[in-house]
Amino acid sequence: MTMSSAPDLNIDHVAKLARLALTAEEKARFSQQLGDVLHHIEQLGKVDVTGVEPTAHAFPITNVWADDIARPGLTVETALRNAPAQRDNMIVVPKVVE
Amino acid sequence: MADELFFKPIAELGALLETKAVSSVELTRAVIARTKAVDGRVRAFNSYDEADAIAQAAASDVRRAAGQARGPLEGIPIGLKDVISVAGQPLTASSKMLANFVSPYDATVTAKLKGAGAVIWGRLNCDEFAMGSSTENSAFGPTVNPWDLTRVPGGSSGGSSAALAAGEAIATLGSDTGGSIRQPAALCGVVGLKPTYGLVSRYGLIAFASSLDQIGPFARTVEDAAIMLEAIAGHDPLDSTSFKADVPDYRAEAKRHQGPWRLGIPKEYFGAGLDPEVNAAVERAIAFYRAQGCEIKEVSLPHTQYCLDTYYIIATAEASSNLARYDGIRYGHRSKEAKDAVDIYFKSRAEGFGPEVKRRIILGTYVLSSGYYDAFYLRAQKVRTLIRQDFLNAYREVDALLTPTSPVPAFKLGEKSDPLALYLCDIYTIGVNLAGLPALSVPCGFTAGGLPIGLQLIGQPFAEANLLAMARVYEQAHDWRLKHPVLP
Repeated sequence: MTMSSAPDLNIDHVAKLARLALTAEEKARFSQQLGDVLHHIEQLGKVDVTGVEPTAHAFPITNVWADDIARPGLTVETALRNAPAQRDNMIVVPKVVE
Repeated sequence: MADELFFKPIAELGALLETKAVSSVELTRAVIARTKAVDGRVRAFNSYDEADAIAQAAASDVRRAAGQARGPLEGIPIGLKDVISVAGQPLTASSKMLANFVSPYDATVTAKLKGAGAVIWGRLNCDEFAMGSSTENSAFGPTVNPWDLTRVPGGSSGGSSAALAAGEAIATLGSDTGGSIRQPAALCGVVGLKPTYGLVSRYGLIAFASSLDQIGPFARTVEDAAIMLEAIAGHDPLDSTSFKADVPDYRAEAKRHQGPWRLGIPKEYFGAGLDPEVNAAVERAIAFYRAQGCEIKEVSLPHTQYCLDTYYIIATAEASSNLARYDGIRYGHRSKEAKDAVDIYFKSRAEGFGPEVKRRIILGTYVLSSGYYDAFYLRAQKVRTLIRQDFLNAYREVDALLTPTSPVPAFKLGEKSDPLALYLCDIYTIGVNLAGLPALSVPCGFTAGGLPIGLQLIGQPFAEANLLAMARVYEQAHDWRLKHPVLP
């Protein structure tokens, strides 16, 4: 795939990947707006990146180890404080297995 | 008005507190009273806890009376952008998704400020999940610019810059992913510093784009910014991207270095789209440094034109991944309309996120999706390497770069409704994040219409002390910092 090919954003597919329900109005608006942005982004295809290593972080730090020492964590009460629904120290969700 | 406590810099207030001319409770009450008087118009705060702030101030006064004052921030009220955790206090990211969230723990910067004796004062408005350049994307309504209430304060940390400019805090913290500290600092006429990536811990900061985000201070003066930076910088085992660097005495270092420096002017930063009044103010600042004996050299950052696209691929990709955690299950908004567990994800996210966040999640998901990853995300990461090399090449010849912070002064609310037009506000700031460099914005004048203008200084990695010194030399020779907005 080259960057110069016309961006084809299948908004239904991408919204599904993102687990995001969009209204018909949002789909139309975002498709148009993101089309503009993607059109702008196409110019990146002009850059010669032959032999260039990708940068994930400005200062590559790898293999950061923490000492294997137990530290106090959040209490159950604190950890559940923001749960939308809870019962018996557990988060309540709809049934997922029949 | 300049005699008012709430407009004084930290360094000056420190002397008043030290000699007990003023107590922290009196200072905190003055800031609270000011906030109550003006925030109905400025709308910088998402929330504040008056009783909690007074209690912190009273504890500070007790420490001081016992001879246990902890340093220059002892008893100073500091406001935090509402993406930085304060245990037991709300944390919303200016999103409906987190409207009822309470922080279970302190961010490292919060713990450090508390350890330094500061009074944590309020949570400041921002663009939702720090995505924006005007604070208009807040789910709770926009903050306005104290210099002109019909204009934006910049963003995404617009509450942090506006609160400081309006005297509603003595200093504040924000976060900067593509300019979100420097641009609002410029538009509100205060100092804003984005540290080198890894200098300040991100633990307890709501993540937007993890390889770009940094927390940094807003302050009235360069010296205050140095005090704030020293308090929050340093290695943190809780953030694996935190750098093991020494934290110098930034305040002393900023005074010790006097130049002259070799300063680069990147020609790509002075092209089309730059407001003539901003350009003129920056040119005058360049002339000032030249008159100080600095060597001024034109440099080129040839990949500048690709910064915006690279940024919007990398930042949205990381955001789409980071924001996947908001699924309505463990915390945050849960839709009451969902039919089953998976439907909770779709509907909670649809109801909880605003339009700009949705747009960026869609874009980020797209550029990471199968078949597009190499063409967009991987290519952007390679161009990021070239952008970073541009800066490092320039630093072979110069110590720092001088540029405008924002191409335009504060614009009207609603003026930039097209996402792409708003993204272009960040063209002078995003390269710094991609390259992981430190940069600050210092006030360098006003437009004829009375709007602040910011000068950006971009430094070498971990050269914050040098940057602060350069900015201080300019600041001390001008009196922009002595002007305050007069709220109608």
